Amino acid sequence: MEGLTLSEAEQRYYCDLFSYCDTESTKKVAPNGRVLELFRAAQLPSEVVLQIMELCGATRLGYFGRSQFYIALKLVAVAQSGLPLRVESLNTVKDLPLPRFVGPKNEQELRHTALYSSDADNSTPYSGVIPPPPGRVQVKKGSVSHDAVQQRTSTDQQESTSPVVSPQQSPPTSPHTWRKHNRHPSGGNNDRPLAGPGPFWAPFSEAQPGSSATGDPIWSGHSPPPHQENWDQTTVRTVASATTANEIRRQSSSYDDPWKITDEQRQYYVNQFKTIQPDLNGFIPGSAAKEFFTKSKLPILELSHIWELSDFDKDGALTLDEFCAAFHLVVARKNGYDLPEKLPESLMPKLIDLEDTTVVPVISEVGDQSGEIGYSSSPAEAPPSKSPSMPSLNQTWPELNQSSEQWETFSERSSSSQTLTQFDSNIAPADPDTAIVHPVPIRMTPSKIHMQEMELKRTGNDLANPTSPLLVKPPDLSEENNVSSSKFVAGNTVADGYSSSDSYTSDPEQIGSTVTRQRSHSGTSPENTAPPPPPPRPHPSHSRSSSLDMNRSFTVTPGQQQAGVVAYPPAVPPRPPPSQGVGPHVHRPVDAESLIAHTSTSPQQIPEQPNFADFSQFEAFAASSVNEEEENEIETHSEVLQVEKPSDSAGSLRVSKTDGRVEDKAAASVPVNAGKGTTPLAPPPKPIRRRLKSEDELRPEVEEHTQKTGVIAAVLASQPSIPRSVGKDKKAIQASIRRNKETNTVLARLNSELQQQLKDVLEERISLEVQLEQLRPFSHL
Amino acid sequence: MAVCVAVIAKENYPLYIRSIPTENELKFHYTVHTSLDVVDEKISAMGKALVDQRELYLGLLYPTEDYKVYGYVTNSKVKFVMVVDSSNTALRDNEIRSMFRKLHNSYTDVMCNPFYNPGDCIHSRAFDNMVTSMMMQVC
Repeated sequence: MEGLTLSEAEQRYYCDLFSYCDTESTKKVAPNGRVLELFRAAQLPSEVVLQIMELCGATRLGYFGRSQFYIALKLVAVAQSGLPLRVESLNTVKDLPLPRFVGPKNEQELRHTALYSSDADNSTPYSGVIPPPPGRVQVKKGSVSHDAVQQRTSTDQQESTSPVVSPQQSPPTSPHTWRKHNRHPSGGNNDRPLAGPGPFWAPFSEAQPGSSATGDPIWSGHSPPPHQENWDQTTVRTVASATTANEIRRQSSSYDDPWKITDEQRQYYVNQFKTIQPDLNGFIPGSAAKEFFTKSKLPILELSHIWELSDFDKDGALTLDEFCAAFHLVVARKNGYDLPEKLPESLMPKLIDLEDTTVVPVISEVGDQSGEIGYSSSPAEAPPSKSPSMPSLNQTWPELNQSSEQWETFSERSSSSQTLTQFDSNIAPADPDTAIVHPVPIRMTPSKIHMQEMELKRTGNDLANPTSPLLVKPPDLSEENNVSSSKFVAGNTVADGYSSSDSYTSDPEQIGSTVTRQRSHSGTSPENTAPPPPPPRPHPSHSRSSSLDMNRSFTVTPGQQQAGVVAYPPAVPPRPPPSQGVGPHVHRPVDAESLIAHTSTSPQQIPEQPNFADFSQFEAFAASSVNEEEENEIETHSEVLQVEKPSDSAGSLRVSKTDGRVEDKAAASVPVNAGKGTTPLAPPPKPIRRRLKSEDELRPEVEEHTQKTGVIAAVLASQPSIPRSVGKDKKAIQASIRRNKETNTVLARLNSELQQQLKDVLEERISLEVQLEQLRPFSHL
Repeated sequence: MAVCVAVIAKENYPLYIRSIPTENELKFHYTVHTSLDVVDEKISAMGKALVDQRELYLGLLYPTEDYKVYGYVTNSKVKFVMVVDSSNTALRDNEIRSMFRKLHNSYTDVMCNPFYNPGDCIHSRAFDNMVTSMMMQVC
């Protein structure tokens, strides 16, 4: 090896390091184990370490002689300063800082740091500063006590996992940065691996003012000025300094989950959050967050990705949890961690429904990590409301009980669409483990929320016994709505699961697709975690044939049902003459408006083309619907409306938002019905839909509609009871919540059924259109 | 199901375009480009008075022997164009609609990102993943 010229400081430093490694006291050879430990503490990538070993000749020799060791140390310093590893650099690099090794967590090491690398000159405030070799004077001072300290440190290091030998960080920069961190509570420990700095900083800060033994006078001289000037800067410096310190500590706790946020880190993030948004329950708008994170000097693309990961509810703003997650990711990235593709579980925000000032706990299926436990304290910090549009997800079960009293407010809450629209997108990523994503049509109505919570509660409390909430439901229903309750009971009893509302059986795939289609859906995760009471039946087979059989069992359906109910959509029950039977079905497809033009014409085609087996049913349906509209509309309307009155607004809201397909069907049927002759092509969708909805419910032949009506009625009827029960029994609330969730599930299944029908009807529609064109080409637009 | 997905900005330049069979990319680019005319035609045909009721989903723009092109336009005149294989007859209209809806949702998420400047190319990984999921089904 070529001659290695070391400065005096380096000489001493290396000598000490060698003695540290020289556990066998051979004074000549440092055992490889120790040396490797040391190099690992240098926090260099392993390939660099290997390279160093090669360069210094240890691999050749098989052991670390003194010279090899010294060379290696020098190379470590070279590598740590970012220079390429070359043999020539050993002697050519001037003013190379001493190699840094992760220090032990004790004060003596801090003193070491001070002693070894105190720098009178270095006051440049930038991250990752490597102090130039200490001045002679300081070294001498340092060396005196160093030996004494070294003994202690060696013994200490024997026990510590990460062999800390030398100064951890350049004191000149670290003092002010560290002190800065001390001012920032918890000093920005960003990662578990970065947790080291915290304890260091604390003792160091004590060491700083208090240490008078060696080297401090120089420091104290230097640290205040840099401290002053650095104090004004905010996150850039802080992040930078945190990053620096963190880099050193990176390897110290790689065994931990790197995404966990320690309490110190969290406290630090919270304080940073406060600087931007003093209200901890509020949220940071996107632009402010952008500025803030741009200061971290990460590339925009990465920041964009971090944002995507951390903005959980996709509202363009960061709540406290989201902000902490984002900050954590930024720090991790600055320390060299690659950004994950998905948000790690420990960073997932505990979503709280702010608007409502209640906490909607959601089961976190993803493993609860201790990080989440840390999160669970956050409701204490910011209990009622976080971001207005953050639905709560991933909250641990214990939270449920806490927030049960808060559920009361749900009933009074006027849920806004914004709140609910977030649910869908949140739930899907929140529960990656769940394969099935139930499209729980979250509606504005508190009942829905309750249903979700019910679902959650039921799921969490009683996963193994899904029947219990179901059983709870019927009695309640019977109180409120005999008609619906009877249906409901039949529909919800687990034992009768199959025979009951087949329309309620959930088709997971369809539901899942519905979820993805409708962003406004929410609460899917509760649905996922809570297995729907009746196991999903072979749904598709029901759509036509068997469903008819099933429907026959429902002929009992009272209430709005009229003549032979039976026919399960797509084939509508056999009703009176087929005039426009196909029409409404034909137009069930989503683009109702576009098909409205066809509706008026297609129905007439139906009688002429009895190709479809279901035509009679269509006709029956059409006729019935027509009849209804013409004759019974008013009366039945009133009937249904009465039932629905308690929550008509909720119903209409639900209509407008819950199930696009159902609405479209309804919308389609209305124009058909309303204008047999001269149909206004595009009546205002929403009001029509509402009307249609009620009309749907009017139609008894539509089994699911009827049942849905019953369900809706039951749900709606049960809603008023919810606020009453609020002040009473918690269990009553939970029961009602379970009920609502049950209803929700039922409706979800209904939704899937309807969609299935929709698809079938689409096919028919296509064929009908073809025929239409053939027969009436001029009418085609 | 799609073989090519493109997001076109209001000014008719592509924000994002991706096709599955990478060797024929140029052909798909050309197809998307020509389909823009059809999109514009459909938009204007809807009528200026009916802008608020205009259906976002434009439907089949035009079919060729190999594939079909579907269009979707947002209220901010950002267009999504999807090219699907004609041999994929099982693809129904509502499925196309759902795919467009997913696209729209993901696009909205990208928009919400403050680090994304409207008009930039879309580099979001989440958006890429979503598009991949839509396209992967072909293979």
